Amino acid sequence: MNKKAFPYILGLIALIMLTLAGCAGGGTDEAESGNEGGSDVEEKTISFMHLWPEGSSRQHHLIVNDIIAEFEEANPGVTVEPEILGNEQYKDKLKVLSSSNELPDVGMTWAAGFLEPYVNGNMFASLDDVIENDHSDSFVPGTTEAYAIDGTTYGLPLELNITPVMYNMAIFEEYGVEVPETFEELKAAVQTFVDNDVIPITLGNKDSWTGSMWYMYLADRIGGEETLTNAINRSGSFEDPALVEAAAKVQELVDMGAFVKGYNGLANDEAKGYFINEQAAMYLMATWDLPQWTTDENNPQEFRDNVGYFKFPTVDGSGDVNSYVGGPGVGLFVAEDSPVKQEAKDFVSFFVEKWGEQAVTNAGVIPATKVDTEGIELPQMYIDVLNDLNEASNITLYADVQMSPAVAQVHLDMIQALFGGEVTPEEFAARQEEALAAEE
Amino acid sequence: MKQVMSNKLVIALYTLPALILILALVYVPIMMSGYYGLMDWDGIGAMTFIGLENYIALMQDAKFWDSAYHSFLLAAFSTLSLGAYLLISLVLANKLKGSELLRKIYLIPMLLSSVAIAQLWLKIYDPNNGMLNSLLEFFGVENTPIWLADPDLVLFSIFIAIIWQYAGFYIIIYSAALKGIPESLVEAARIDGANPLQIAWKIKVPLIAGVIKVTIVLAIVGSLKYFDLIYVMTGGGPNGASEVMASYMYKEAFGAYNFGYGSAVGFALLVICLLLTWLIRKLTTSDEEIQY
Repeated sequence: MNKKAFPYILGLIALIMLTLAGCAGGGTDEAESGNEGGSDVEEKTISFMHLWPEGSSRQHHLIVNDIIAEFEEANPGVTVEPEILGNEQYKDKLKVLSSSNELPDVGMTWAAGFLEPYVNGNMFASLDDVIENDHSDSFVPGTTEAYAIDGTTYGLPLELNITPVMYNMAIFEEYGVEVPETFEELKAAVQTFVDNDVIPITLGNKDSWTGSMWYMYLADRIGGEETLTNAINRSGSFEDPALVEAAAKVQELVDMGAFVKGYNGLANDEAKGYFINEQAAMYLMATWDLPQWTTDENNPQEFRDNVGYFKFPTVDGSGDVNSYVGGPGVGLFVAEDSPVKQEAKDFVSFFVEKWGEQAVTNAGVIPATKVDTEGIELPQMYIDVLNDLNEASNITLYADVQMSPAVAQVHLDMIQALFGGEVTPEEFAARQEEALAAEE
Repeated sequence: MKQVMSNKLVIALYTLPALILILALVYVPIMMSGYYGLMDWDGIGAMTFIGLENYIALMQDAKFWDSAYHSFLLAAFSTLSLGAYLLISLVLANKLKGSELLRKIYLIPMLLSSVAIAQLWLKIYDPNNGMLNSLLEFFGVENTPIWLADPDLVLFSIFIAIIWQYAGFYIIIYSAALKGIPESLVEAARIDGANPLQIAWKIKVPLIAGVIKVTIVLAIVGSLKYFDLIYVMTGGGPNGASEVMASYMYKEAFGAYNFGYGSAVGFALLVICLLLTWLIRKLTTSDEEIQY
């Protein structure tokens, strides 16, 4: 055989396979959708997809397993088959499954903008009956509404979060910095840290929803709680002076060196690392991370003792400190085409109830159901957060969740550009106004 | 045996499983994505046929062309890096002491998964605690670069990781090809008074020209559809500074729920890959077959 032909052929085969396999792209993803949806077994099986793997969310994972076991015991003949994926993979898989109409019977969804395409595609079942029958008084007001479209609720929220500024009390004390109550004080604090070579604020803006929270707060303080929401729901405009002003304030902070070096290339988890390593003084993050500051044994005790939080300061004398960025996190949905819809609804109802009982004490998350703190021992930070939550005058849902996925993409890109100094505040506002207007 | 194999039906039967597999897993999805590209579809609800609108929008989409430019830049870089790989392979082929060991060392990155490699390089590039910046600071560099956050640097930072990732793969291919050169040819050249440099450049490289061409195609096509490290390390950011065609496709389909548009991007990517492959093969075919 011609010796030279061999590598040729080998290479050619590899080449063809690589080209075709790689270029298939969008198409192949569809082909892979498995066979989880169908559950035409004699015994009733509820397939349940959630996003709390044992490794990264151990407490959540265990509670879910507990609840499933309890439910199965209480409902003989019904089995719940969980399938667990990480956050991002979960979102992707849910989308792929829904495009081939093979959603699990029960799964997790986010509110508002995320929910919308699924509801428009008639994928999720209405859960109004579940709320009416079993949970008419269990949820904190405002939480189920985030899952409602045109008056029908499609998801039962599990978590409720607000976003305070976490700070390292030891670092603040070391440099004699007081908790800032105004934007000027915040800037003074930042300046002190910059002068002393301490990272003032850690931010993982590669995941630019984190930067979005900074922007949202400034918009809230400057323009009031409605301005941003109105721009998104099109009763207002993104080119509102307050929204441009908020963007300018972001760049003021950026220019001072307020954010950790390289923030636009850091993922949220990497950024959080600086806070946990006590290299950074402040970190704006929602209360879903509360366990990390209080009970999580993976973080050193000394560090956890040093963590405190404060409400986002007022700006130029305006703004209400009791207005928060936050909102419900994930919620449960039931698939419209589920063959075991009634059982699935029962499960969802059962889940919400048990979750509300166990979430605070065992997982350290704040459930969307009302919490009775009496008689349970909680870290002080929880009790404080719960109190603040009760006193909250307003909770603005995360902008990227409020927006439709396509606009959210523009928003997130623009946030990176704004923090990176690639656009002016006016361009920042104009580009988003354009995207929002295009969808009207 | 010969009789069996001459039966056309049997031949068809034997090739059938592979044919079905490749049809079902490769060609049908390609057709499907081309078809979805004609739709306005969020991937969940109903599809609306919109003809070539997605493709027309694609032609005018500055973001797509930016990402295409980044992909082509990567292709150029990987092609250039082939020269370095070839050089290393030529040195290793000289049966130096330890060249076996070195070859294995070069191979190691290939054994790691892309995500592990990405994590590794993320640690290296970390702007504050990272290995690279710590080293630079040690040598007294002030204002160390923010590798993955600087729009002007981010692409090249990732390219270096990609070049590192594929070193082993190409070095193996070249080493294998170089091993295939008969010792007698090298021997004859040496007797004729050729120095090692001449042997390498005038004898060995021309003899493996065919393999080099194949690796060029591999590198270019591989670069154009490249996704892994970019997705994990920057997700195409900051603000699209490291977006490539494949990551843009993903972002449109899964991030912005424009499944139709994402499919159109994917299909355009396929067309570009095929065109380039055809072009390279056209440019590099030579009629002379080298016989040992």
